[in-house]
Amino acid sequence: MRMETDQFIRTLAADNAQRALPVGIILLLALMAATPVSTAMLLLGLGIRPDIMVAMRNPFFDLKFVVTMALAISAATISLHLSRPEASLHGWGWLLVAPIVVLVGGILSEMMLPQRVPMLTRLVGHNSMLCMSAIPVLSLPILGAAMVGLRHGAPARPAAAGAIAGLLSAGAAATLYASHCTDDSPLFVATWYTLAAGIVAGLGALIGRRVLRY
Amino acid sequence: MLRAAARRGLARAGQPPDQSEDIVQEILLAVHLKRHTWDVNAPFAPWLFAIARNKLIDALRRRGRRIFVNIDDFAETLADAPSAPTMPASEVAAQLQTLPQRQREVLQSIAVEASSIKQTAERFAMSEGAVRVALHRALSSLTAKLRES
Repeated sequence: MRMETDQFIRTLAADNAQRALPVGIILLLALMAATPVSTAMLLLGLGIRPDIMVAMRNPFFDLKFVVTMALAISAATISLHLSRPEASLHGWGWLLVAPIVVLVGGILSEMMLPQRVPMLTRLVGHNSMLCMSAIPVLSLPILGAAMVGLRHGAPARPAAAGAIAGLLSAGAAATLYASHCTDDSPLFVATWYTLAAGIVAGLGALIGRRVLRY
Repeated sequence: MLRAAARRGLARAGQPPDQSEDIVQEILLAVHLKRHTWDVNAPFAPWLFAIARNKLIDALRRRGRRIFVNIDDFAETLADAPSAPTMPASEVAAQLQTLPQRQREVLQSIAVEASSIKQTAERFAMSEGAVRVALHRALSSLTAKLRES
């Protein structure tokens, strides 16, 4: 049996019942469903740092949230763009510069202020290993949701879209983790948060290559 | 237009042009299932050709694992072979056989026998909504299977 193309077109035309929702809506819904899961994992597994009320008055503590949210938002914007068949990273990659600019600004201003703790101690921090493992773990539900959302689209470059989805989920997970983490130095953030985000981006690229093809 | 593009793509890749119809169908299926990714404010052609290109590359990659032999080389040996070989089933049709029964029946009824949604619903004693759902599922899983194969 061979299906003729004209018949095939008629078949496709008959399948006109549902208007599929835009990718952005699906992505948003999926992320909204996954974020509480990651939040619960943080609250149950790690908890928020006990001195958070004091810490909130430290601008470098607050800066962590600015950096991580900037990463999440810029990566979300790019991945939404990449979910279209004709899209490429060209002209959009610069959005990822936003969190880097904030972070570099943070490092410079910290350097200008007098510090009690030496630079290397601030960079190594108290718990870099926990940071490197907690951010990827917390990002898993969000990464899964981002994949579900992007699968609804048609990304031309599945690995690239997956990597950006990894950055999106790492940014969101790091925003959560920042409320537990007691290392506030931008140097610590630049080192360990970046490494953690890199791990998740790599994972996202691997998964994306497989599941984001259409 | 798509057909011409598919033929050109195949020719450039040194593949027999008689497969262009399969690829055209795959492109049409992808265009259909991903039609919501076209932004009404964006130009249509780049979107269409991006999908076509993706599917063409996909198909070539898949076919790359198979070997094509030019039949003319064997023309003499084959001279006495049984005549009128059955038309090779297209890729789409081959995958059709692996669909769940209900989806296959619905797809076959609409695609091959060209019945309407309503006639199909009556034939299988389903509601029209159920026929539409089965049809859509059949098309979606067809894509998934084509991608895997």
